[in-house]
Amino acid sequence: MLEGNVAFAEAAVRAGCEAYFGYPITPQTEALEHMSRRMPELGRVFLQAESEVAAINMVYGAASAGARVMSSSSSPGVSLMMEGLSYIAGSEVPVVLVDVMRGGPGLGNIAPSQGDYNQIVKGGGHGDYRPIVLAPATVQELIDMTYEAFDLAEKYRCITIVLADGNLGQMMEPAELPPMRPVRRVEDRPAWALTGARGRAPNVISSIYIDPVEEEVFNHKLMAKQAEIEANEIRFRELQLEDAELAVIAFGTAGRIAQSAVKSAREAGVRVGLLRPISLFPYPYQRIRELANRVRGILVVEMNGGQMLDDVRLGVEGRVPIRFFGRMGGMVPMPDEVHDEIMALHASLPQLASAQEARR
Amino acid sequence: MTETGMVESLIYAKPGSLMPIGTHYCPGCTHGIAHRLIAEVLDEMGVGEDTIGVAPVGCSVFAYNYFKIDFAEAAHGRAPAMATGLKRLNPGKLVFTYQGDGDLASIGAAEILHVAARGENITVVFINNAIYGMTGGQMAPTTLPGQRTTSSPTGRDVETTGFPMKMCEVLSQMDGSAYIVRRSLHDVANIRRAKKALQTAFAAQQQGLGFTMVELLSSCPTNWGMKADEALHWIESHMIPTFPLGDYKVHPSLGEARGGERS
Repeated sequence: MLEGNVAFAEAAVRAGCEAYFGYPITPQTEALEHMSRRMPELGRVFLQAESEVAAINMVYGAASAGARVMSSSSSPGVSLMMEGLSYIAGSEVPVVLVDVMRGGPGLGNIAPSQGDYNQIVKGGGHGDYRPIVLAPATVQELIDMTYEAFDLAEKYRCITIVLADGNLGQMMEPAELPPMRPVRRVEDRPAWALTGARGRAPNVISSIYIDPVEEEVFNHKLMAKQAEIEANEIRFRELQLEDAELAVIAFGTAGRIAQSAVKSAREAGVRVGLLRPISLFPYPYQRIRELANRVRGILVVEMNGGQMLDDVRLGVEGRVPIRFFGRMGGMVPMPDEVHDEIMALHASLPQLASAQEARR
Repeated sequence: MTETGMVESLIYAKPGSLMPIGTHYCPGCTHGIAHRLIAEVLDEMGVGEDTIGVAPVGCSVFAYNYFKIDFAEAAHGRAPAMATGLKRLNPGKLVFTYQGDGDLASIGAAEILHVAARGENITVVFINNAIYGMTGGQMAPTTLPGQRTTSSPTGRDVETTGFPMKMCEVLSQMDGSAYIVRRSLHDVANIRRAKKALQTAFAAQQQGLGFTMVELLSSCPTNWGMKADEALHWIESHMIPTFPLGDYKVHPSLGEARGGERS
């Protein structure tokens, strides 16, 4: 049995993470505490920063040195990191961040939420950039996605964010940890890294392109990288969509809850399935477009006021009706609430209701 | 041998740790002197290839273009945090930040306090010219009482805007600080003392003694609205009384290396 926060921290250790910088914030503090013991034990770097602002800039420095590095935080702390994340995106250094989301806005509370969707998935900091965003629904996925996040960040020289929530961070469930990978040797750090210019031309890590012409060229480079990510890294899970007339679309914890509701609605005779986006950037628009061509209605379930809903709309392009059910402020939807929403969507589509009547 | 029989010998050249290019700094600005002093010290210590600099946001935002060493460009005020990450992952290298007064004492006040409190083995070169240069002459945390700037047009009123931040005085109180000194770039004698201080700071970092900072009182003729020589005199007549030169903290093991002064 592993607690989510400890599990992802240990997964990072095993992915060869060489440095962790963070600041205590509920509900992710157990990750920082785990790192404070594990990293020094392995001769690696752990530092509790004076703020999330400082933590992300320490991460920026360590990433510029070519090391595998991460931070983790929760919503208000992640807001403070947005400046640094924009600089990191503008410098193309690989960084991993885990956001264990909590209720907001403002200080909000420490209960699970998905209210950071827009901030995380759409960039969050200033300027045009997108991190890769992965949304786990189980502790095992939280482990696996954190482990893989380092490879993705390095492959594309980008930010990879694992978007979890307080539920996943605090939850204990059976899960397996991946094998231990060694830390990269100093001599194997990438050629662009700042390690002292001994025997080579100096390297510069910077996000400045003072000439707008050059800045636009750089922005096009980021856009091309995003297009490559969109072509290669779209991930989602599906449940019983083969014959579905209705589709539920939900990510992370909301997706896990929706899974129970889909099963109970099936038992009630409604042909419904679940699409659970795993990669929130890149988003599975194409898969939603395909679904919209064959289902009669879509229910979006989120633990926010309807943030991913906009992306579903972009995929659906008005083809079928979309119903939204969201709980906010740290409230978690119950499976029977989602079940009722599926039934209500079903009832609102007369052709489905009459067809079901006919099947009886 | 030339036809005239004269032999030319080069007695003054750009340090090897500086790029062979001009800078964007205004005429009379002392950033060029500070850059050169750092480069000379790195050359003389033979450590340019083992040094990583961190540039700030401010007039010296392009410092990384002028040094022939590895360099990072930090967000405004965050250079000490970025330098912390660089140093922790490159413990055998020299890491320094180059920061102005707005960067270090205003927006980066938290980062500079904590890097000192941690005794982070980095060196900070603090350029204090009592004004925001890059944005065109606004009030800085080190602007003198009564000093006119574009955002204190009738002179800094301490009743409403408070008092200048004296960072050497503050940071010398930190147990993690090993070497905290203030020097000035207004004349040759002081420039030589400034260079000595930079040597001591980098040597202290090499010895792992803790946090080191050399504050350099600097001129900004453009935004002070003065001629270059007037600006140098103004450092002496106006800045030094508020920001006394001297050694604010010197680690005992630096003993002989110091060569400082307390005026």
